Amino acid sequence: MNPILLAVLIVSVIGILAAVGLTVASKVFAVPVDEKAEEIRACLPGANCGACGFSGCDGYAAALSKGETKETTLCAPGGQDVAQQIGEITGLAVGNMTPVAAVVLCQGHNDNAVIKLEYQGVQSCRMAAQIFGGPKECIYGCLGYGDCVAACDYEAIHLCNGIARVDPHLCRACRKCVKTCPKGLIEMLPLEGTEAAVLCKNHDKGAVTRKECKAGCIGCMKCVKACPEEAITIDRFCAHVDYEKCVGCGACHEQCPVSAINLITLAKHA
Amino acid sequence: MTAYFAILLTAILTGNFVLCKFLGICPFLGVSKKLNTALGMSAAVVFVMALATAVTYPINKYLLVKNDLEYLQTIVFILVIAALVQLVEIVLKKFMPPLYNALGIYLPLITTNCAVLGVVILNVDEGYFAQSMFNSVGAGLGFMLAMVIFSGVRSRLESCDVPKFLQGLPIVLIAASIVSLSFMGFTGLVEGLLGL
Repeated sequence: MNPILLAVLIVSVIGILAAVGLTVASKVFAVPVDEKAEEIRACLPGANCGACGFSGCDGYAAALSKGETKETTLCAPGGQDVAQQIGEITGLAVGNMTPVAAVVLCQGHNDNAVIKLEYQGVQSCRMAAQIFGGPKECIYGCLGYGDCVAACDYEAIHLCNGIARVDPHLCRACRKCVKTCPKGLIEMLPLEGTEAAVLCKNHDKGAVTRKECKAGCIGCMKCVKACPEEAITIDRFCAHVDYEKCVGCGACHEQCPVSAINLITLAKHA
Repeated sequence: MTAYFAILLTAILTGNFVLCKFLGICPFLGVSKKLNTALGMSAAVVFVMALATAVTYPINKYLLVKNDLEYLQTIVFILVIAALVQLVEIVLKKFMPPLYNALGIYLPLITTNCAVLGVVILNVDEGYFAQSMFNSVGAGLGFMLAMVIFSGVRSRLESCDVPKFLQGLPIVLIAASIVSLSFMGFTGLVEGLLGL
């Protein structure tokens, strides 16, 4: 037989055999595609941040389409719009989402906080926190190495005079920074309206706190007495505001001797 | 028996396909970021290498060599490997969707993974069927070893303060070259160990 013909024949036969085999395999091992889940997935932001509590956007879409969850408002970055779209696709009731933004509860910037050691290790909060709780005297405060900055997918966090600050207009409330901060300093505050917030997490006794940071909460109870709504409680020498009760009157801020409690308006009024 | 053990050790350590023969560098750099994806990828490569050898060896011996068509080796082998990778992809998608998603683009890239084609061609050049199978499994295991070691190195790299001009791929390549250099230490190991 002509060697060229034979070569062509052999290659074609192998090719055809492979094609037939693959066709059979694709039929036998076909995976049914969940169209509803695909549709939901398309309207999710695709950040895979995990704020919904599922393994990324695919996980949330699959759980919704299979009816494992009936919550349409779990996607924090997507907000009310996405909840509305999910509701339309699934026919589930759409709840109201309170828009929130992350806030770093610390004012221990370079001018306020006292430094106890010179840290020259890996520039990461998680690492620095392991050496005597970090280079600052206050072991509760922001270390300012920017683990949250790196964690943020939306570039909403910046370092500012040694501490992290969140831009509420860029924050999409995915809570990645909340999970990243080794000191647990980042909390979600309501975006609308004005709230009082204690920008300190120091649980040391007042006299100790005073030596560690100029803006540390000393637990003096003045704000507790001043608050007309009884929204403030003291837990281990540090005040905490119940944002549900707070009306933003500012009585606590006027009383605070160290300016640890502040009125915060995250959303700028139009 | 000693010969088979020697083949296996050679393929894994002294003649490691990634670190000594520099084949399959693309997935080596691409999928070695995390240990579990590295393991999944290597498992797929072991499977494809063994299967490809099992299929291509008889094709070469009874079809190509008999008809003096050795020059068709490359194209026929690529054809077979491509079909096998597609098959692995379909099976993975059905039975292990998380691994399928994690491997992403690198799974179809096994098709063009030169380590797979390399092991198949080297096998038919020198060796018998059983030796070839041992060699391909060993090559796959060597690939796995390289991937696992390197994923460890890379996870250390993550927390290092790398100079800006070396950040990203450059430092990874340097790390890869050092790991490769360390494998030169195995030279002569097989001969010494088994007294060949």
